[in-house]
Amino acid sequence: MSASLTGGRTSAVESSRTWPLIDRIMLAFCWIAGITACVIAFAIVAFMAYKGLEFLRPNLFVERPNATFDQSKSGGFLDPLIGTILLTTMGTLVAIPASVAVAIWLTEYGRPFGLARAVESAVEIIAGTPSIVLAIFGLIIFQQEVFGFLSFRAEGGSVFGRSFFTAALMMSLIALPLIVGATREGLQAIPSHVREASYALGKSKWATIQRVLLPSVRPAIGTGTVLGMGRIAGDTAIVVVLLGASLQIQGYGDIPGLDILRGNGGTLTSYTYVNSPAGEGAAPDKAYAAAFVLLMISIGLNLFVSRLARSGKSASAAATR
Amino acid sequence: MSLPGDQTTYSGPPPPVRRIVVSEEPTIVEPPRLDPSAPAAAVTGAPLTRRSDSLPASAIVERMRTENLRLYYGDNEAVKGVSLPVCRGEVLALIGPSGCGKTTLLRSLNRLTELTATARREGQIFLDNEDVDRIEVTQLRRRVSMVFQQPNPFPMSIFDNVAYALREGANRKPRKSALMEPVRQALDRAGLLAEVESNLDHPALRLSGGQQQRLCIARSLAAQPEVLLLDEPCSALDPKSTETIEQLIVKLRSEVAVVIVTHNLQQARRIADKVGFMYLGDLVEFGDGEQLFSNPREARTADYVAGSFG
Repeated sequence: MSASLTGGRTSAVESSRTWPLIDRIMLAFCWIAGITACVIAFAIVAFMAYKGLEFLRPNLFVERPNATFDQSKSGGFLDPLIGTILLTTMGTLVAIPASVAVAIWLTEYGRPFGLARAVESAVEIIAGTPSIVLAIFGLIIFQQEVFGFLSFRAEGGSVFGRSFFTAALMMSLIALPLIVGATREGLQAIPSHVREASYALGKSKWATIQRVLLPSVRPAIGTGTVLGMGRIAGDTAIVVVLLGASLQIQGYGDIPGLDILRGNGGTLTSYTYVNSPAGEGAAPDKAYAAAFVLLMISIGLNLFVSRLARSGKSASAAATR
Repeated sequence: MSLPGDQTTYSGPPPPVRRIVVSEEPTIVEPPRLDPSAPAAAVTGAPLTRRSDSLPASAIVERMRTENLRLYYGDNEAVKGVSLPVCRGEVLALIGPSGCGKTTLLRSLNRLTELTATARREGQIFLDNEDVDRIEVTQLRRRVSMVFQQPNPFPMSIFDNVAYALREGANRKPRKSALMEPVRQALDRAGLLAEVESNLDHPALRLSGGQQQRLCIARSLAAQPEVLLLDEPCSALDPKSTETIEQLIVKLRSEVAVVIVTHNLQQARRIADKVGFMYLGDLVEFGDGEQLFSNPREARTADYVAGSFG
């Protein structure tokens, strides 16, 4: 009986052979576009792996860079690596509390309506501003007298405005829209009866936010944060304008630790740029190696995000069951 | 639509739906033939017996009262002048079609309606003869607690879910050791202790739906409320969990005044001592459960109640 039944059915796999020509061309285009994207992504990773691994040596990670045309003496990228880690950490530390606060205000308060719309637009504008514009803006701001403590004074007494502090503050703006967006989505996914259940136990709004809502959106905050870290680690413009993009980290002042934060430096992005044929071209081999390390960092962060998102999804699915 | 080869394996008439052939006449499926003389309960299979007898009149004490309560969402009047007593020792069930104001009425009893920006209230609500508007709102909600339709444990351990209700505000104190006894008591009152005793530190969200709902009841009972509001607490649960929770509600009524909103008329009949039938914002009829179901005074009540019995 089953054989006679399946014989009567049309094939489960739909064939495009009967389609009009234009539809078939469109279909072919979709296939080509998808495959091309894969090929490009694979080509980037493969090329950078080939070029990078060829020149990547363990000593590159521990030697400080030197400005010389002699490749054997130009050192490694210890300082830029530390710069990337330091700048990403500082930028994220500033961005998380600010972004979570903005997201909570928007979702849980958001009154008056006009102000909420204005805050939303502001976050969108920040998200849409090119980082070079943020950098120039930051430079103007941080060269003001009041912000002198964030950097140092150049010869002649004017505020220099370029330091890890000032660069990190502007970098936090790069991460902010991503963390705000992820946190808001997380908060909006919590059903209102969960909040009401907390209020019905005699809890204030603030207690509810602290003990119920924030723990629920922790995976979302994590996702936004890691995305933001990727953006900070990959940004060049702010490093060039606000950090000095120097090869070595140069501290200013006498207080250990603080001198570095008030001083100049570079990151893997600026190191790659400066050493590549596009910059001064002093050490293209090392630029490839640094670029490969940078690529690995951002791919790693992205993989981490998708894992976080998956665990967050299963957690919120359990919460809304 | 004859199918060759069918006769060898299947001798009855062909099953009605195989595939849709647009040009052919549709096959009409006969509805199952029911014996009109059979009692309705035989069809649904649900016993329409009460879970327990009423408590003696001496055990019944009025705790809450609404007087000419009116609730509006914008210009829309959702509850139209309802006066209702809520007593300890009785389960009060609010029944009625969707959108008739039952849940709005329930939510107004602990001022949860105030969270809705467009909602407005007129008339008075008393808790032990004190106007609820004069009671600080977090204090009121500790005394008049609520359980929701969807089980909604918080993303923390089983222990912390109950302890959260016992601690002040967002505090993490008193410490766990000091709260172990009241937490266990609350879980015991909700009939959950035996099942979770050995894993109080496990995440509450890993419990089954029925266990989660009983945890929510335990959480609501932890702060020793005087009134417990239940908004369709069993509608997301399986029959077995529903039965457990119904028995729990009946047991709790001697200590706490219980108000339950339900769409399940058989449930109302099984557990309610008093029933209020609401229709389009009006409290149409209020009375003893058995009387309201078997001998309703109002025609609208009779129509609605009859609908449930087939």
